[in-house]
Amino acid sequence: MNQQGLRFEKLKIASFDFTCCEGCQLQLANRESTLADFLRLLDIRNFREISSERHDDYDIALIEGSISRSDEVPRLQAIRRQAKVLVAFGTCACFGGVNSLKNRVSSEAAVREVYGEMKVETMPVRRVSEVVKVDLSIPGCPVAKEEVERIIVSLVTGAQVALPKYPVCVECKAALNTCLFELGEICLGPITRAGCHAVCTTGKTPCLGCRGPAEEINMEAFLHLVRERGLSLGDLQEKLAFYNSFEAFTP
Amino acid sequence: MKRDYTIDIHHLTRVEGHANINITVREGRLVDARWAVVETPRFFEVMLKGMSAERVPFLTSRICGICSISHALASIRSLERAMNIVPPIVAEKTRLLAMHGETLQSHALHLFFLAAPDFAGTASVLPLMESHPDIVRAGLKLKELGNEISRVTTGRCTHPVSLVVGGLSKAPDKAQLAALQKMIRERKPLLETACAFFRTLAIPDFSRETEFISLSNGTSYPAIGGDLVSSDGIRRDENDYLLMTNEYTKDFSTTKFTRLSRETSAAGALARFNNSSPFLHPEALKAAESFGFRPVCHNPFMNNIAQLVECIHILEDAELLIESLLDMELSSIKTPWKAEAGSATGAVEAPRGILYHHMETDSEGRVVKADCIIPTTQNNANIDLDLKAITEWALEKGKNDREIEKLCEMVVRSYDPCISCSVH
Repeated sequence: MNQQGLRFEKLKIASFDFTCCEGCQLQLANRESTLADFLRLLDIRNFREISSERHDDYDIALIEGSISRSDEVPRLQAIRRQAKVLVAFGTCACFGGVNSLKNRVSSEAAVREVYGEMKVETMPVRRVSEVVKVDLSIPGCPVAKEEVERIIVSLVTGAQVALPKYPVCVECKAALNTCLFELGEICLGPITRAGCHAVCTTGKTPCLGCRGPAEEINMEAFLHLVRERGLSLGDLQEKLAFYNSFEAFTP
Repeated sequence: MKRDYTIDIHHLTRVEGHANINITVREGRLVDARWAVVETPRFFEVMLKGMSAERVPFLTSRICGICSISHALASIRSLERAMNIVPPIVAEKTRLLAMHGETLQSHALHLFFLAAPDFAGTASVLPLMESHPDIVRAGLKLKELGNEISRVTTGRCTHPVSLVVGGLSKAPDKAQLAALQKMIRERKPLLETACAFFRTLAIPDFSRETEFISLSNGTSYPAIGGDLVSSDGIRRDENDYLLMTNEYTKDFSTTKFTRLSRETSAAGALARFNNSSPFLHPEALKAAESFGFRPVCHNPFMNNIAQLVECIHILEDAELLIESLLDMELSSIKTPWKAEAGSATGAVEAPRGILYHHMETDSEGRVVKADCIIPTTQNNANIDLDLKAITEWALEKGKNDREIEKLCEMVVRSYDPCISCSVH
């Protein structure tokens, strides 16, 4: 591929889904206006959701979903052996995501609740990095296609890949939104990594932290803010646990 | 021709989720055909327990990456009915418009990207970009329009932001609605291009009689709430969803199955068309007629055409909805509500068929018990029987193993199954 006088190799890419809703893979087919250009950067080797062609000679593997059944482990390990760059793609892959809420009860109790007496196999939900080494994480529920495009271009051109280090608050302020704390709502915007263009808070719903913690967050100050305003600690717990993305910070 | 063979399709492609097709033929006769769903279960009914009502739609939308708006709205409807909350009219209209956007996006994705390659004989849509650029472009522009309707009405096209219990967290922006109206008028003719293309495709002349189940409100084409009706003459109240579904399990499948009057039944665009076609917009009916498509149609492949016909109806209805929203004051968007103990069903017509959420709340508005029954769950038994019937039909016609394998894949894809959703 020739781009402005520079030669680039197309990325040999594959996309695999595990325990998830497949919404992140679907984003790859969104932003239709740039889709043709985006696809020109890629040599799609394996992507079951859109193509019947399957090849095992990919360099980049996008992993969507968390890991919650034993057959997923060897499947993921085989992908790890093949891929030069293994990407945790979306919040479920990066943190376990909403699926992790299941971990509050035992696997036996979960199966009984949904399937009754039928035997169904399940394990506590794990993020991808608990099973294999992850080279790159792209968080988001769902991932933001614009960010995915930027990262793919970086991989094609060999540029450094970086996620914003600052919190969602920065993007939310830039969008001139009224702070949800001012409206009496706990919002995880002050502690969550930006890159989503504050899409939830712009829609006047609190950030639930799908992109995980921003770098160098001040959890103490955040908790102080919640207490000072007399907001519900139960509500805070529910929000912090929603995507399992603040596991290390949960008070 | 081989008279003994097995067809073993592991992880069928171009569908959402993981399932296998197994067919065994001995001495030219069908021994067994099976639709086995092997998707990893996620246990959403467990995750929902204890969740506050405010948070529920944000969790249920994550059941599905394609029909997240339907899931959000089904759970919102069940919670609003359980806690006696009546959303304002602006919210009702915006929600319906959001559903239209989602259905257009979902149908366009299925018709152009998942199903069309079968009829054109390619492995994916990628070769079609070269051979049929106008059709692929039309598909992309329609899908983009669907996504844009969802974005303007809910804040984001996958996993909606502003759909909340009581109404909306934010009103749609009038300037964006006006721009959307313009986009709809510009892109509507693309559906004529699509119809012309689909009229050239050979749709297998296969049918198997079944029972079609959908919502019915008696005044318009079904979308949000209503009675539960079947083409065999059954009509029940929305809250009696268990009598309509009779869910059961099979040990080879992580999805469940449902039944009503017969061994199997079907939900989705074809069911809606068969049960409610008089409520379609005249333009949509005209398009149906151009395919010789009339109720009650028992050919599962015609679900594709039913989706196409629905796209025409949706855009006509979306124009009217936007017109009326532009004429309204968009200030009253959310009814203030108090949590109360209760239980109710919320049923909506998701792109793939009737979707039920049933929630029971405690006095603080927390979910005590949740139940979600997904359209594909209601189609699984029907798919299973169709696989058997179409294999026998194809054997009678002297088709070879490769042709039978392709027909089996195609008939499954016609249902546009959403397997991860059905396992949830």
